[in-house]
Amino acid sequence: MGKLVQVKNVFKSFGEINAVNGVSLDIEEGQFYSLLGPSGCGKTTLLRLIAGFEKPTSGQVFIDNTSMEGIEPNLRPTNMVFQNYAIFPHLNVEENVAYGLRNKRENRTKQNKLVDEALELVGLSGLNKRSANALSGGQKQRVALARALILKPKVLLLDEPLSALDKKLREQMQSELRHLQRAVGITFILVTHDQHEALTMSDRVAVMFDGKVAQEASPRDLYELPNSQKVASFIGEMTFIDGEIIDENKNLKVQSEIFGQITIDKSRVFGQSSKSVVLGIRPEKIAIVPKTSRSKNLVSGKIIDVSYFGETTNYKVSCDTIETLTISSQNSVGQLSYSVGEEIQLRADLDNIIAFST
Amino acid sequence: MVRPGKFLKVFAVTYLIFLYAPALLLPIFSFNSSQIIAFPLSGFTTGWFKALLYQETLHEALKNSLIVAASSSIFATILGTLASRSSSRYNFRGKQFSLTFILAPLVLPEIIVGVSLLIVLIQLGLPLNLWSVVLGHTLLIMPFSILIMNSAFNNLDISLEEASLDLGETPIGTFRRVILPLVYPGIMASLLLGFTLSLDEFIIAFFLTGTETTLPVYIWSLFRFPKQLPTTMALGTILILVSLILLSLSEYFRRRAAKTQTSVL
Repeated sequence: MGKLVQVKNVFKSFGEINAVNGVSLDIEEGQFYSLLGPSGCGKTTLLRLIAGFEKPTSGQVFIDNTSMEGIEPNLRPTNMVFQNYAIFPHLNVEENVAYGLRNKRENRTKQNKLVDEALELVGLSGLNKRSANALSGGQKQRVALARALILKPKVLLLDEPLSALDKKLREQMQSELRHLQRAVGITFILVTHDQHEALTMSDRVAVMFDGKVAQEASPRDLYELPNSQKVASFIGEMTFIDGEIIDENKNLKVQSEIFGQITIDKSRVFGQSSKSVVLGIRPEKIAIVPKTSRSKNLVSGKIIDVSYFGETTNYKVSCDTIETLTISSQNSVGQLSYSVGEEIQLRADLDNIIAFST
Repeated sequence: MVRPGKFLKVFAVTYLIFLYAPALLLPIFSFNSSQIIAFPLSGFTTGWFKALLYQETLHEALKNSLIVAASSSIFATILGTLASRSSSRYNFRGKQFSLTFILAPLVLPEIIVGVSLLIVLIQLGLPLNLWSVVLGHTLLIMPFSILIMNSAFNNLDISLEEASLDLGETPIGTFRRVILPLVYPGIMASLLLGFTLSLDEFIIAFFLTGTETTLPVYIWSLFRFPKQLPTTMALGTILILVSLILLSLSEYFRRRAAKTQTSVL
């Protein structure tokens, strides 16, 4: 598996605004890769730089070890699924899907066969003659996919392709896209602002803020080992607690609020070394136990807010010096539920704490 | 919807009568058997229309007018399409400035445009013929072309062009396979409106025409012969009818342009 797409120190500015501010990425062949970030972070611009719709102010994009400098979008081995799908309104489904084949000099029978295969791949068999204007959002999405995949690109670029769909359809398309990617083996680069989407679909994710890549990792590492407070709070939720460093020889020894003295493995410490740190813990790594429980390392607190989500319940707890601590609890068999104002105790999984130097 | 007040209704009806009553007189008198244009009407005849068939100078003028209208509407539409394409798609220095100047004939008195063009042509030593009229009319129609094409291009989703390029099509192929089919109703609207405008135009044609006259100039020359007045009325009736048909067609295409593109999104 070689590096298929390489972005080398790319900058792109529009007037005064630096949309992409020095990004380097290596994307391996066959990966499902996501560019994740809030709107305006430069992820779409980066995708458009790879597609060739924008030209970098400086830096270069390589695809398959070939520099893309000066190569127009129509000559790049990339195809794109646009956010609004960009289905040609004056053509029917079949003509849309076959659009790019025109330049490939395939004969008519071969073209028809390829179109049928592509439509079958995306689950639109038999809709060949349907007018583009008569398609639903989900169908347009599939036509856009078929139209791009039929050309067998080295890289498929997807610009927030699911954001216009309703929740149910979006979740269905997420798993379909994932299966499709495995089936065709083409490298997918997905732009999304939805962290859930990025985590569930991707092999690797690059989180972007302000035109820079903040962290590039597998979904699991991104969630479990975010390298900054910003990434940690963008991907899911995290409660932050202040701490003082006592000793940092082998592992980090920290005197923290509410949890007292804790030891943190070096691999879970991020940022430049300093005197004080911020400790982060995910909501599901803390458990609520009844006030009456007796065991080590319990911290007492009081429930100030409850949000019920069906399969989980989120509690906001205040304890000691910490105003709000977020806790997520699975509503599985035997799990007690608590109400606002109730006095409870907390047991945190201290091995899962991360330290960010400040 | 708020119902308009009575006064506004009366006002609107009066306005329409004032605007169209004179035009209605034309068909009435063109079927009147008397040579004198006055009420009461004396009798029904289609003789004036038949007389049109035998006026060779009229046929010559009609031919000239059709040549001018077709050429200038085509030139203006091509230029207008290019201008509005560049203004809607690209940003460049002096864009607003040049657009304002291209649109200026819309508000400039035609007589000024006519006289200035005449002076320029004479200074350049160019002959006055049908092509000088075509030049003048192209200048006159271009603003309308640009306005129609602007709305066509502004409704065109830019990602459709990008999608075409992305799918391997060249910029020229993209223009042919995506842009043109989608702005085609706008082009038709511009051609038809331009044709109508040129066909009816008198002032610029009057200044720039040489020995070959266009239809409106020919009609004007007929006024010297009171006997010819009823035939002129008949000719006018036909012109009004043709203009109405062309304008309705143009409006039909303009609306279709707006419709096909908005339904995409």
